[in-house]
Amino acid sequence: MTIAQFIILGTALFSIGLYGVITRKNAVLVLASVEVMLAAVNVNLVAFDAYVVDQLHAGQIFTLFAIAIAAAEVGIGIAIVLMIFRNRRSANVDELDLMRY
Amino acid sequence: MTTTVADWFGTSENWVFLLIAIPTLGAAWKVVSSQNIVRAVLYLVVTLGGTAALFILLGAEFVAWTVVLVYIGAVIILFLIGIMITRAPLGTEGDLSHPVRVRIPAALLAWIMFFFIGWAVLDGFGAEVIPAGEGGTRTADLAAVLFDRWVIPFEVVSLVLLAALIGGIAIARRDPEDAS
Repeated sequence: MTIAQFIILGTALFSIGLYGVITRKNAVLVLASVEVMLAAVNVNLVAFDAYVVDQLHAGQIFTLFAIAIAAAEVGIGIAIVLMIFRNRRSANVDELDLMRY
Repeated sequence: MTTTVADWFGTSENWVFLLIAIPTLGAAWKVVSSQNIVRAVLYLVVTLGGTAALFILLGAEFVAWTVVLVYIGAVIILFLIGIMITRAPLGTEGDLSHPVRVRIPAALLAWIMFFFIGWAVLDGFGAEVIPAGEGGTRTADLAAVLFDRWVIPFEVVSLVLLAALIGGIAIARRDPEDAS
């Protein structure tokens, strides 16, 4: 296994997630696309951990940290989406123009 | 240590890699393109399961099972609850993505980024091989280093998680005075 194949897979996942973040209308699906990007970063970290044969396992430890931060981000994100839905009756990001002007 | 193309295709673990990577990418594409909102989130399960399988391939077993437990077990449930509470269009509807005039620049941006990072990676690492480990990382080793060298970041992350969850409750709860 080469290191490049894992990083290119991670890059492809990240690009797909980026495309989703820009094109998705529904706020929950924007968050799902962000999860795809985070998964890409995790693949990258674990691949480099195996590549440099790290005795401190920094790649794997930081993947665990990234997973915890992602869980926190989803919790906050869904809470914000719920509050916006309650106030605006919509979860579409293109209708959230309250702070536009 | 480097490898050639013929060697690459002659190694069985690379075929396992392809067997995992292609469904992972396909499911990721469906996550960002499916017009059925529940299916888009369920394809996210396949994508994250694929990354967990790649972690096992790389010998990171504990991280793989953490992904399965935390992402597939908890985060996906949060997404599904979020969809159901916000009364998103559950049937097949063509209203989940922006129109083509947004999609084409986004696709262009994604391809440009993929091209340049891929080019930089191939230029920098070429065909360098990941050294084969001795049966993966033991969870005991991971725990020893996590609670020794990385214990302060670990505590900070747990505090962040606690603060985020309390913040989530504070944001999402209804104020008592306008509850009626």
